[in-house]
Amino acid sequence: MSADYLDGNALAGPLAEIFATDVSAAVGRCASCGLTGPVASLRVYSRAPGLVARCPGCEEVVLRLVRSPDAAWLDLRGAVCLRIPLGGP
Amino acid sequence: MTTFTRGFRGRRRGGDDRLPPGQYLTEDFPVLSAGPTPDVPPDRWEFAIHTETGQAHRWTWQELMALPYETPTVDIHCVTTWSKLDTTWQGVSLDVLFEDVETAAEYALVHSYGGYTTNLPLEDLLDGKAWIAYRYEGEELAPVHGGPARLLVPHLYFWKSAKWVRGIRLLTEDWPGFWETAGYHNYGDPWREQRYADD
Repeated sequence: MSADYLDGNALAGPLAEIFATDVSAAVGRCASCGLTGPVASLRVYSRAPGLVARCPGCEEVVLRLVRSPDAAWLDLRGAVCLRIPLGGP
Repeated sequence: MTTFTRGFRGRRRGGDDRLPPGQYLTEDFPVLSAGPTPDVPPDRWEFAIHTETGQAHRWTWQELMALPYETPTVDIHCVTTWSKLDTTWQGVSLDVLFEDVETAAEYALVHSYGGYTTNLPLEDLLDGKAWIAYRYEGEELAPVHGGPARLLVPHLYFWKSAKWVRGIRLLTEDWPGFWETAGYHNYGDPWREQRYADD
């Protein structure tokens, strides 16, 4: 049986519309269980009205993204913080 | 001589006038899910209605099965734009479950095994408009479609028909659910195309 989720790299394209940097490389901490890891390691449920990214440790929701024709809704309350790598000097 | 008259056969409505705006017809039953499918064996299943005064009304699976059921045939409309006509279900009307529930609340927050929630006005659950459904097309409701039991509220977009339904909390103030807090419309009437919060 195929997995019913994708890995977090599936977020790269949709989030590229919102952020100026590749957020899939950012490292975050799950607000529920504290697991720390890259956005790319999240489990993304995409066969849904929006994208739902869950923690690979506890399956709680870390990030949600809904896209309408003219807006995006981004919910990051399941992530304590994201460390977003930026180009150094 | 036998005369055949063309009987009035009640024209079966075609797809078009049963399709809300922006929807297309599908024959299959797409599986949509915001998370993993919870494993809820019927012997551990429970459904509860919690009132705004803290009263709880609970049913086990056996108790649900002992209640009178209905077999509605309904059209369903998913906000992702597919619609499916003439789906047949078996389930218990919410009117039966609310028979002994005393409440002055106007809002309901439905919650599911797995953590999903969705909100709707209580009146949209009553008067023959909603069921706890446990059979689909004559078969046990498959877990990917919400089995052992899901809410069925076909007059609203299908995200309101919570899969793996576990209970209903009655509230005096509206409290938005999973998709309603993430950009989707608070009510979700397909005929008014209420998809997103700003529609």
